[in-house]
Amino acid sequence: MKKNPPAGFHPVSAPDFLPHEQLQSLQLQRLKAIVQRAYDHVALFRRRLNDAGLTPEDVRSLADITKLPFTVKTDLRDTYPFGLFASPMKDIVRLHASTGTTGKPIVVAYTKEDIDVWSNVIMRSFAACGLHAGDVIQNAYGYGLFTGGLGAHYGAEALGATVIPISGGNTQRQLMVMKDFGATAICCTPSYFLHIIEQAPELGVKLKELPLRAGVFGAEPWTEAMRRRIEAESGIKAYDIYGLSEIIGPGVAMECQCQSGPHIFEDWFYPEIIDLKTLKPLPDGEEGELVLTTLGKQAMPMIRYRTRDITTLTSEKCECGRTLRRIQRIGRRSDDMFIIRGVNVYPSQIETALLKVEGTLPHYQIILTREKGLDEVEVQVEVTKEVFGDTVGALEQVQRNLGHSIESLTGLRMKVRMVQPQTIQRSEGKAKRVIDQRKM
Amino acid sequence: MKLKQLSLFLENRPGALSRPMRLLAKAGVNILTLSIADANQFGILRLILRDWEKAKKLLEKNGFVVKVTDMVAVEVPDQPGGLAKILDVVEKAGLNVEFMYAFTEKRENKGILVFRFDDPDRAIKILQQRKVNVVASVELLKQEAA
Repeated sequence: MKKNPPAGFHPVSAPDFLPHEQLQSLQLQRLKAIVQRAYDHVALFRRRLNDAGLTPEDVRSLADITKLPFTVKTDLRDTYPFGLFASPMKDIVRLHASTGTTGKPIVVAYTKEDIDVWSNVIMRSFAACGLHAGDVIQNAYGYGLFTGGLGAHYGAEALGATVIPISGGNTQRQLMVMKDFGATAICCTPSYFLHIIEQAPELGVKLKELPLRAGVFGAEPWTEAMRRRIEAESGIKAYDIYGLSEIIGPGVAMECQCQSGPHIFEDWFYPEIIDLKTLKPLPDGEEGELVLTTLGKQAMPMIRYRTRDITTLTSEKCECGRTLRRIQRIGRRSDDMFIIRGVNVYPSQIETALLKVEGTLPHYQIILTREKGLDEVEVQVEVTKEVFGDTVGALEQVQRNLGHSIESLTGLRMKVRMVQPQTIQRSEGKAKRVIDQRKM
Repeated sequence: MKLKQLSLFLENRPGALSRPMRLLAKAGVNILTLSIADANQFGILRLILRDWEKAKKLLEKNGFVVKVTDMVAVEVPDQPGGLAKILDVVEKAGLNVEFMYAFTEKRENKGILVFRFDDPDRAIKILQQRKVNVVASVELLKQEAA
């Protein structure tokens, strides 16, 4: 019951297996069209291309993409709300927006065609991890301005699966529905699913005995260690889905059943990896920032959008037979990186370190302070039943183990503070890992 | 023979102790005795209560991490050397005491101490062999006559 049934080939997945040359010729055709479209309808892009002394006709091969200027997140803020739209409002059928934790949100738009492309890539995402008509998909991504909820919803429906549009939050109800409706898959953030795992015993739900077999997890960076923990504790397979609103939402890339990194749906999203310092393209296999170009987006074409996500691209053959290149799971975002006493640290390193210690859950938060010119890091970790005993020594040992694990991974000594369970805020969207209280 | 003890993780900050206390008070759960172990950044509250199962459920429902451990209650004559005699037995038998604390109530002229041993079953056996009065939990937990 828990095992994934044989994947079976879903016709919607056909483009995943395109021969290399055909894929490239499709990409080039779409790239030329999208550059032309952006040039004709988006003032900012036209100005930048003109400034670079280029015209859309200068894109003659895929390699020419590297001549084009980058687009960055602040471009979306600076042109808030509709400045990057390439379609008139009468053709736009949907708007989404980021939560806007800092300043103005960013707004993204979709034409009917864009929604179809989005549904298509989500369908292919679900199919890639073995889901099909007959599956019951509990969609616990937030519905609303956030792209996660509706994005997954449309794709799941198009696949012919049964969607439970439960949205995020209310863990008790999530568990009740999961059990009573016989959900076979769930979509949410990995940290929220961990929260569900934690709550299940209290509500008398045994996850391992449910028909649930797959989790489509995304919207925040997570680690391989977290995947192993989720799989061991819930008995499901955890798949990594990647996406960002600026490009389309979830469904830019998705893991197949081999679970060896998300395949990018390259027929719609053209990936590059650039060096963080020189901004020059890097060959496959080298780590850098992922840059994406939307090859079909009508309402809001994104040319060479800098995602801030750090990964590598691999063209190594995947056992599943897909010809689409894979990215390594996004464990790090250049945005999340913090510098402590001159050392670059990513939250994912802390997460990996914490998960190395038996019995802890990666509910953690990193607090940065500065005292007398010296940076201090405190990692707050929630106490779990597994590590708690009635003696002080045992818990102090756990604290020391966590400290050592962090030090051996980052080379930095950080203060570890154990905190009450459930006190670190659970996000139903993206987990907030770093709180920087340093006054710079 | 063994006595159930609940232990709770507490953060080291103002108000950390009052929250569980208030919860128990509201539910009408009486605490027989307690002790607090404090470390640098956290504390452990140890409780012995009559209705420990109810208390455990209540505390867990409110987000506390609760652990149940077996304790051994021992009667100690309230006179100089009373405890020393018992500790002699403990020491000679090689029993390891993690910690201990006292009951607030006294029975006749005897105090009651609760011990946390590594191996409570073995401890009970040895203590009884050496004629130390191990107090049965039923006796300690019985309701006082109204």
